[in-house]
Amino acid sequence: MRDGLVELLDGRLGTTAWLSHGMPVIEIGAGQLPEVVRVLRDELGFDMLLDVTAVDWLGRTPRFEVVWHVFSTRDCQRLRIKTRVPEEASEVDSLVGWYGSAAFMERECHDMFGIRFRGNADLRPILLYEGFVGHPLRKDYDKHHEQPLVPYRDTADRGTQGGPR
Amino acid sequence: MNGPDKRATIPIAAAGSPPKNPVFDVFTTKKDEVVGWARKFSLFPYPFVTACCGMEFMSVSSTIYDTDRFGAALPRFTPRQSDLMMVVGTITHKQAPVLQRIYEQMCEPKWVMAFGVCATSGGFYNNYAVLQGIDKVIPVDIYVPGCPPRPEMVIDAIMQLQERIANEHHVILKGDF
Repeated sequence: MRDGLVELLDGRLGTTAWLSHGMPVIEIGAGQLPEVVRVLRDELGFDMLLDVTAVDWLGRTPRFEVVWHVFSTRDCQRLRIKTRVPEEASEVDSLVGWYGSAAFMERECHDMFGIRFRGNADLRPILLYEGFVGHPLRKDYDKHHEQPLVPYRDTADRGTQGGPR
Repeated sequence: MNGPDKRATIPIAAAGSPPKNPVFDVFTTKKDEVVGWARKFSLFPYPFVTACCGMEFMSVSSTIYDTDRFGAALPRFTPRQSDLMMVVGTITHKQAPVLQRIYEQMCEPKWVMAFGVCATSGGFYNNYAVLQGIDKVIPVDIYVPGCPPRPEMVIDAIMQLQERIANEHHVILKGDF
């Protein structure tokens, strides 16, 4: 089905489709997302959403790429959907209306990359904590920047109970 | 009895009682040692297990390596009944308040073991999420590096901690006891 799928997607959705390491990939415009997802789920049988994530191409415009993986339990077939999102309006449509599992994964993606999902009513932090500033998987987030919740002990006091330091 | 201090004193022989048995004199000169010996074999660990080092903790506490030999066999799953907190695994910034709370709930005297390199120093996780060593938040008595530590290292750490406990002076030991 794989090779056929690429042609089918090309024709059916009017998008660019190709095989990447054996997995079909389509790249769509952000506005096409609801229509593409409707066709994929209701007509082509991609009934399971596996993942929502993003890629930060720092220095490129548009900066972000949001990536979804869907799976067809009928055909045992995976498919990757990508769309480009600019930094100044990093917002795409939420898929919670189609796939319930999107809710948590979109929360995580919002945590890590700051992508907002229109239609997801609950974008509270899920892996991060309340009060965390910034989005740690963005390439311009300083990897040594810590945001501790507990004030650190006086370092001069460390090891006073007899530890090796 | 000498002095007005009557706190936490357990008179073995009442004042003015007949002379002590000489055997008992030997005992009292070694009282710190006796109490230390008893205390070092009654560690009640609280396993604060958060990550993969937990597997190694299970290994070291079960049959083959058997921390029961050191009196540290019976894990208490409430901090209020334990005196050795074994922090086994990575502690994230999100978890640090929980760790601190648990530590504060333990009664004195209490000891903390940083089990594995993540608890010791953050290990290879140097990023936005991971606390760079639990000693930034709570005092640590003994550090066991390793990813994960060998059971022998953990046993060695327990023995070193026992050594320290045995040589500590317990507050209940006053002049008259």
